Amino acid sequence: MNYKAFRTQLLVLAGFLLFSTYAFAYDPDAVAANMSSTTSQSTQTSAAASGDEKFNPGEMIMHHIADAHDWHIYGHIHMPLPVILKTDKGFEFFSSGNFRNHDTHAEQPYKGTHYTYALHHGKIVVWDEVMHKENEEATHHLLDLSITKNVITLFILVGLMLGIFLTVAKAYKKREGQAPKGIQSFVEPLIVFIRDDVAKTSIGPKYQKFMPYLLSVFFFIFFSNLLGLIPFFPGGANFTGNIAVAMVLAVLTFIITVINGNGHYWRHLFAMPGVPVGVLLILTPIEIMGLFLRPFVLMIRLFANISAGHIIALAFYSLIFLFANGGESAGAGYGVSVLSIAFTVFMMFMELLVAFLQAYVFTLLSAIYFGSAVEEHHHEEHADHAHAH
Amino acid sequence: MGLILPDTGLVIWMSITFLIVLFILKKFAWKPILKGIHDRESSIENALKAAENAKAEVANLKAENERILADARAERDNMIREARELRESMISEAKNKAKAEGEKMLTAARESIQNEKMAAITDLKNQVAQLSIDIAEKIIARELSSENKQKELIGDLLKEVKLN
Repeated sequence: MNYKAFRTQLLVLAGFLLFSTYAFAYDPDAVAANMSSTTSQSTQTSAAASGDEKFNPGEMIMHHIADAHDWHIYGHIHMPLPVILKTDKGFEFFSSGNFRNHDTHAEQPYKGTHYTYALHHGKIVVWDEVMHKENEEATHHLLDLSITKNVITLFILVGLMLGIFLTVAKAYKKREGQAPKGIQSFVEPLIVFIRDDVAKTSIGPKYQKFMPYLLSVFFFIFFSNLLGLIPFFPGGANFTGNIAVAMVLAVLTFIITVINGNGHYWRHLFAMPGVPVGVLLILTPIEIMGLFLRPFVLMIRLFANISAGHIIALAFYSLIFLFANGGESAGAGYGVSVLSIAFTVFMMFMELLVAFLQAYVFTLLSAIYFGSAVEEHHHEEHADHAHAH
Repeated sequence: MGLILPDTGLVIWMSITFLIVLFILKKFAWKPILKGIHDRESSIENALKAAENAKAEVANLKAENERILADARAERDNMIREARELRESMISEAKNKAKAEGEKMLTAARESIQNEKMAAITDLKNQVAQLSIDIAEKIIARELSSENKQKELIGDLLKEVKLN
């Protein structure tokens, strides 16, 4: 890979990251399309387009931070994504474009091989055509393995990570012992930071075993957070702010902690040495609860922080349309847009920091949990020292 | 609410993909990268240590050189001093020897002078004795030339000899 070209791309990316948001905000067409698509989606299943196109910021925001079966590119252009369903009668493969009427762009049910399916609040349900409502019994047996917006983001992220780090690895082999160059010098400080300030300090001498996981998690979260800040196609998905993604990462941390827990760790968990039995009866349940609470908090923190960033940016933009009141007072909308953009610029900078911070915090806490799991006992040594003195 | 309920599909995709990525990166990226960084760090550390060692070595060498120089200087001084001493001792020895020789020659000369003198004296004594005898002979010869005189002498001699 050409390092210079990559650097330029990064710069362009960062530039877009900061400026394209406003361009989108100023584009009334895009916004109108956005509004109509959101409202049509929400009204499709309930009031069947009553003509009341009132802007609902709550629904718009929830729609944007949730996973989707298609990728809204621009205006009425949606990128359809493959739908993979496992039903009780077998697998179904079709394009999510089938859910959208070609001419009206309105949502519609799709008749597959086994059932008829429809989108209900962004989720695929089995549609009872006769009753004109969701077949909840069949939906219950449905396993949605579709390549959704977040899965595509996952693949983009994986491609990005493999591309960057395999290139960097090659550079380390090729330029052995030489100073880092190009993209190598971008990732090396981060790698060294994770190694020295996160792994070594939190885990201790056994840190090497955990480095691959810590580095992977750090860069995975960091890159996906950054990708989430890009407001158009390759980015924009609320990937790390998706609870499923945060959950998988937190569960992996939990599993690695539990697998690597030594006798000292479990002894301290179930029977803290030197604590009377009466206290243990209270302490042990709390410790066990803490064991499961830690990954849970890890998940919630990542999910909530990243989602909050997306929600805030979207909320500021929603203000413009609330003030514009559907075009009745466009002046107020334009006036507020200045304020909204200023606030969003500020938030974007905050989010850049948060993108790094959340990746760092997740990695650091994982490292601390690993460190507590592999920690050798010091108490007896302390006791010995005390005796010796 | 859909926001806080994880989608099973995404959980499955995420788990499989992340684990595969973790495996690939661990094997083909993190291992060589960490090894590369570690190797470079240790090589830099070694280089610094080597530089430090070289510096110490140079200092040692300098000290050694100085020591050798000082030694050489001392050696030279020593040699000069020894040479001077040798010269002095040689001169004094020669002087002594010459003095002794001179003394010896002087003594020998004195002895021989003494001997010569003695010989001369002896010779002189002999000659004086001879001369005295000759003179006495002549005197006697002259004194006893007449009869009277012979009788007178006999008379004197007889006077001296008192017969008791």
